[in-house]
Amino acid sequence: MCTLEKRGNVFILTFTGEDQHRFNPNLIGSLLSLLSQVKAEATGGSALITQAQGKFFSNGFDLDWAQAAGSEQGAAERLHHMVALFKPVTAALLSLPMPTVAAITGHAAAAGFLLALSHDYLIMRKDRGVLYMSEVDIALTIPDYFNALFREKIGDASVRRDLLLRGLKMKGDEAEKRGVVEAAYGGEAEVREASVRLAENLGKRKWNGEVYAEIRKGLYPQLSAILGLTHKAYTIARL
Amino acid sequence: MCSLEKRGNLFILILTGQNGEHRLNPNLFSSIISALSRAKAESTRGSALVTVSHGKFFCNGFDLDWVNAAGSDEETQQRFNLLLDNLKQLVLAFISLPMPTIAAVNGHAAAGGVVLALCHDYVLMRRHRSVLYMIDLDLGIKIPEPFMALFRAKISGSARRDLLLRGLKIKGEEALKMGIVEAVYDGEEEVTNAGIKMADDLAKRNWHGEVYAEIRKGLYSELCDILGIASIPIATPRL
Repeated sequence: MCTLEKRGNVFILTFTGEDQHRFNPNLIGSLLSLLSQVKAEATGGSALITQAQGKFFSNGFDLDWAQAAGSEQGAAERLHHMVALFKPVTAALLSLPMPTVAAITGHAAAAGFLLALSHDYLIMRKDRGVLYMSEVDIALTIPDYFNALFREKIGDASVRRDLLLRGLKMKGDEAEKRGVVEAAYGGEAEVREASVRLAENLGKRKWNGEVYAEIRKGLYPQLSAILGLTHKAYTIARL
Repeated sequence: MCSLEKRGNLFILILTGQNGEHRLNPNLFSSIISALSRAKAESTRGSALVTVSHGKFFCNGFDLDWVNAAGSDEETQQRFNLLLDNLKQLVLAFISLPMPTIAAVNGHAAAGGVVLALCHDYVLMRRHRSVLYMIDLDLGIKIPEPFMALFRAKISGSARRDLLLRGLKIKGEEALKMGIVEAVYDGEEEVTNAGIKMADDLAKRNWHGEVYAEIRKGLYSELCDILGIASIPIATPRL
């Protein structure tokens, strides 16, 4: 389940419960709905934090649901369905008119890692939790928009290779050192505090949300194109 | 020439021959590409390939003696173009190989030899008595697009400029710092053994070879576009 609350100018999206927060069509639907709500209620100075309760940020797509189709073909179809459904979530985050922070207090794997990486800033725990693209270990190829996100967000070719081709389980320290996350902190409480601090500080800049989103899209042009997002080249805000 | 040895799940490609520089000419290209075809044909889950060499050189680039022994200017150009085509085929063969690949660079690598090394997923290098040298600029030879795409795919930031635009002879420690190689070792035996050990460790991940190759192609999608190969989405998940 996911919930949305507002604390001052900061929207907080939370995956509740102690489960793996796996994305099935229901959860994806809720997520999309909440992100629409965030967009609709955005004002100057808004910011978003996405966080989760329990041991996982998110462990990716609901493969049990896929397998419940009853056949290999059925499972593959359900998986492709979730891949397609998740694309608008990535698009929504990429075009969200406010700075976004992922507060990663547990494991983020596959689509869960992708969700985190779709945020402007990633804050992670040092002591627990890994970032992990499990696809190579479970013999799944990687969708085009996943590849585009990694390519445009992670500049270092060796890091991309280690995450995607080597199935590296990357802990906080390494993620911080290698530039995958902004910062890594000693425990859950610190990650949450740091994320709120960051979100509030970014909010205080009172950026024009539309302009912010356009600049963000311009940073990730290939991803934007794959997600079908148009990019307005010229917006005059306050000159 | 080269030989291919099988040790359990490992394929060991050994650059041999009295020509201590292991220069790339039609014979050596043909030999390597054959060996790769064989490895591909005999591959199973959990295969891996490591390329090793012996002596002062890993591979000193194209056999320019062979090129220049041509009867006319026109034939010289043709021979050179033939080597470029062969090198392109080599890149293609490595990019599609259904298993992880490691180059154990025991000695100097120049031009085509650097390309050969970078064709592998991981490069290990000798700390001393080994340089990577893109001699092309110093010789006044342009670097054609497929190989530029390989450099763009595998090397990031200022390291790319330093490798290609600066005529640097890059030693082990520097190559490590630049992110071109994974690790450096003190002697030929050490780097060769490390290559074999790494191949063994990666083989133990028991990856599905075809999926691995598709993930690799997705990771290097610009290179694949330029080489004219598409990636196939496969979902044969081990759910």
